[in-house]
Amino acid sequence: MSATTAKGWDRQQMADRLAQEFQDGWIVNLGVGIPTLCSNTDIGDRDIIYHAENGVIGYGPVLPAGQEDLHLVNAGGQNVSLNPGAAIIHHADSFAIIRSGRIDVTVMGAYEVAANGDFANWKIGGARGGGIGGAMDLAACAKRVFIILEHNTRKGEPRLLRDCALPVTARGVVTLVATNLGLFAPTGDGFAVRELAPGVTFAAAQAATGAPLTEHP
Amino acid sequence: MGRRNKIIGSFAEAIADIPDGATIAFGGFAGPGTPYNLTRALLAQGAKRLTCIANTTGGAHVPRMPDLGMLVENGQVAKVICAFTAATRPTDVLPFTKYYDSGEVAAELVPQGTLAERLRAAGAGIPAFYTPTAVGTELAEGRETRVIDGREYLLEYALPCDYAFIRAWRADEAGNLQFRLAQRNFCPVMATAAKTVVVEVEEDILPAGALDPDQIHTSGIFVQRLVKIPPAPEGLWTIRRQERAK
Repeated sequence: MSATTAKGWDRQQMADRLAQEFQDGWIVNLGVGIPTLCSNTDIGDRDIIYHAENGVIGYGPVLPAGQEDLHLVNAGGQNVSLNPGAAIIHHADSFAIIRSGRIDVTVMGAYEVAANGDFANWKIGGARGGGIGGAMDLAACAKRVFIILEHNTRKGEPRLLRDCALPVTARGVVTLVATNLGLFAPTGDGFAVRELAPGVTFAAAQAATGAPLTEHP
Repeated sequence: MGRRNKIIGSFAEAIADIPDGATIAFGGFAGPGTPYNLTRALLAQGAKRLTCIANTTGGAHVPRMPDLGMLVENGQVAKVICAFTAATRPTDVLPFTKYYDSGEVAAELVPQGTLAERLRAAGAGIPAFYTPTAVGTELAEGRETRVIDGREYLLEYALPCDYAFIRAWRADEAGNLQFRLAQRNFCPVMATAAKTVVVEVEEDILPAGALDPDQIHTSGIFVQRLVKIPPAPEGLWTIRRQERAK
């Protein structure tokens, strides 16, 4: 993997870049892990409603120890605050929001993303059990599915692939992927490079990717 | 049954009749709404071959509170129906995993929204429904799908339960419930899906009429048994995240 000497963005920078895509008025669901970091991003005066699977609609920043309300958590179990205009609903109503297509974007982590927009994030190779949570509902029903993940595994294997090797979460739904190397959009047979992180060359990104890259028009 | 008879003096008494082979739904999501006291009583009561419905199999946090994972370890569970049968972090191994891998306990992995809706359907007298969730995945293999208005949907069946264990903030003696903030989660739909709903209540159980009828989250019609949680250490309250992290 000598081609990828530039590490590119760190996790917060990946989240920051993707959060810049959020539009004013969007209803956004952030998955656990790196996606949660999108809520730290300064996106100016754009008004975003953060939706959590457990029916906490309109949550705000995580509260420091001592200030938290133990009855209030987001989907990742973090003790969050509520923004003005927040509402609490039950789980079936929360997923009614999801299933009826009212989530403008869901941002999730993943193990693999394929060139055709498939992605895998609920089961690792060889495991009997899996962790689906709300991922399949969100992936099937949100208006947009964005993925944030490290471009390569710890062993240096690519995570952006022609086809997913792991069991998929949903098919053909991913439209935008942020990795440490840049911003990529599945095109069907490869990925279009929307942007490269500072210091990352096209050749280096291609060498780290398991599908053909094309320059973004 | 008179409405005052819904108040029961102890958790042990409230769950004493649960037979082997019962199906029980457990409310709660990442802490709030989790019926720790009822679960602890069930560990002592010892009913076996249970089918347990919950968001997760438990056991992901230290120190542990009474959870599904403990019922599994106690040899009481035949099957779990959950949205997570593995930890969210793949490097974490749940107490449940060992029993699942050895075949001692069966599991049905269900997307979280489908789980909530299967419970809601059971409580609403709807036997089955179609959903777009999980279409095209391993979970849909060999199952009935149908194309409606050009989109493919998966058939899902209602999930009725014998019992639901839930935790509420406030209750009146008629069984009307209020949940506080994220405590609500699965609790109201589980209450509708179960024949017998057992509630651990955080505040003193109030006389009928003390709660504003406009502010009830679950009607007492769905609720059969109420137990007030005693003060700690006798009663189990919420653990703080910083204690979990130790």
